[in-house]
Amino acid sequence: MVPAIQVERVSKTYGALRALDDVSLTIEQGEFFGLLGPNGAGKTTLINTLAGLVLASSGAARVLGHDVVADYRAARRALGVVPQELVFDPFFTVREALVFQSGYFGLSNNHAWIDEVMHHLDLTSRAGTNMRALSGGMKRRVLVAQALVHKPPVIVLDEPTAGVDVELRQTLWHFVRRLNRDGHTIVLTTHYLEEAEALCGRIAMLKQGRVVALDTKQNLLRLHSGCYVELRLEPDRLPPSLAGLVAQRREDGYRLALPSYAEVERVIAELRGAGVEIQELEVMQPDLEEIFVQIMSRH
Amino acid sequence: MSDPLVFRPLQGFYTLFHKEWLRFWKVSVQTILAPVLTALLFLVVFAYSLRERVEIFPGVDYAAFLVPGLAMMSVLQNAFANSSSSLMQSKMTGNIIFVLLPPLSHLEFFGAYLLASVARGVVVGAGVLLATVWFVDLELAHPLWTLAFALAGAGVMGALGIIAGIQSDKVDELAAFQNFIVLPLTFLSGVFYSIQSLPPLWQSLSHLNPFFYMVDGFRYGFFGQGDVPPWLSLAIVAASFFALSFLTLALLRSGYKLRH
Repeated sequence: MVPAIQVERVSKTYGALRALDDVSLTIEQGEFFGLLGPNGAGKTTLINTLAGLVLASSGAARVLGHDVVADYRAARRALGVVPQELVFDPFFTVREALVFQSGYFGLSNNHAWIDEVMHHLDLTSRAGTNMRALSGGMKRRVLVAQALVHKPPVIVLDEPTAGVDVELRQTLWHFVRRLNRDGHTIVLTTHYLEEAEALCGRIAMLKQGRVVALDTKQNLLRLHSGCYVELRLEPDRLPPSLAGLVAQRREDGYRLALPSYAEVERVIAELRGAGVEIQELEVMQPDLEEIFVQIMSRH
Repeated sequence: MSDPLVFRPLQGFYTLFHKEWLRFWKVSVQTILAPVLTALLFLVVFAYSLRERVEIFPGVDYAAFLVPGLAMMSVLQNAFANSSSSLMQSKMTGNIIFVLLPPLSHLEFFGAYLLASVARGVVVGAGVLLATVWFVDLELAHPLWTLAFALAGAGVMGALGIIAGIQSDKVDELAAFQNFIVLPLTFLSGVFYSIQSLPPLWQSLSHLNPFFYMVDGFRYGFFGQGDVPPWLSLAIVAASFFALSFLTLALLRSGYKLRH
């Protein structure tokens, strides 16, 4: 099967700045893929390269096998992009904005699908409202709807939940999950790592324009073979032999980072030996955020 | 999910043109009525203050001479304003991505913005004529010439507007285009006078101004007389149109200032 997205050795430079540096990745059809990285890592540049908004300095990108430059019509028809910026055309109503967007993609008489998209995003009651009169959350919904009017098999959401309320977040994820179940490939960038952990099957992490990690969520979580232990002690002090394990000094205790689960026993033994009473102990698995921080600090 | 969708060729072009048409039509007080009123004011001020002193074409009242010039000036300025302000505003607000993400070719993009500019120019020009013909005795000697110059002139300015809109990132950059290129060239194009009444140096300089040929050719359609033969004017206006269109298409094709 042709991959949904193929990026081959793509670089993009703006003067001395290397926004993308030899990026390669493949996203298969039907995946829910996460693209993570700190601000300025190159996530939006990569998405914009796929969308044709940015022209790569070198390398090639394809959407469903269609080169985004040479075969841009087929590539763009296959792609729906929800942009990061909250942009809108103040001259038009919600329905007009969607009908125009659908028309730009070569579709006429697309009202049934537009109605369905509006229904799923709770926009039906606002169909006749001018875009200027909508709240930020509603404008965000319209942006999502605009990306979906041509039923793209590949959908890219560039930080779609930045600054939106819980209700929209849930509505959006419910709808996007459904699209994914129906076979749409979803590519998500987000700063909310718990969202990526809950939704994405595979994840790429970018830093300074380079891919620094690319794997399934499970494999990334396994990268950290150890665990965390949160302790409340009496007296509230660690023996010197455990000082090197402290990940965080908390108000009511310590958070220790252990290289393996076997280390838990040694910690308990050391505390006993030092005459420190364990009042509370919790063993925790690292989450994606911790993996993210580790990988970013390593590169 | 509902049935598979059917993609139609040229639907994108038609939709973009329709959107651009609605964009100026929805604010017609500002985009149509205001320039018609401006032209009327020019007519009142110039025609009534100069009518006793000026006769440019034999047997043609100055007010009648002025009306086609004002109409063509409105056509040109509004055709330019349409494409330039639409593109510049879209770039400033970021909603330009709505037309950059879809599979529109550079030809469709150019054609839609150009046609909408021509439409606004012609609508405003027709509005000026409709508003002013009641005050002057005006006949259309050669309506096809008038129409040809209105369309070609609006086409030139629509294309120039696309270039200005692409080039300008801020309101003051676009204002510089308007104030230092469009306004002087339209005012010095013979809207208010015949270049025969100018000193030789200014006559020669006027012949370098393509706007002069647009106004003169348009006026020829009304009076059957002009400063230069209409074929020459049409040839120069057409050449300007093709040169600007070629440049605009090259900019759009390269993604200059639109695709980074």
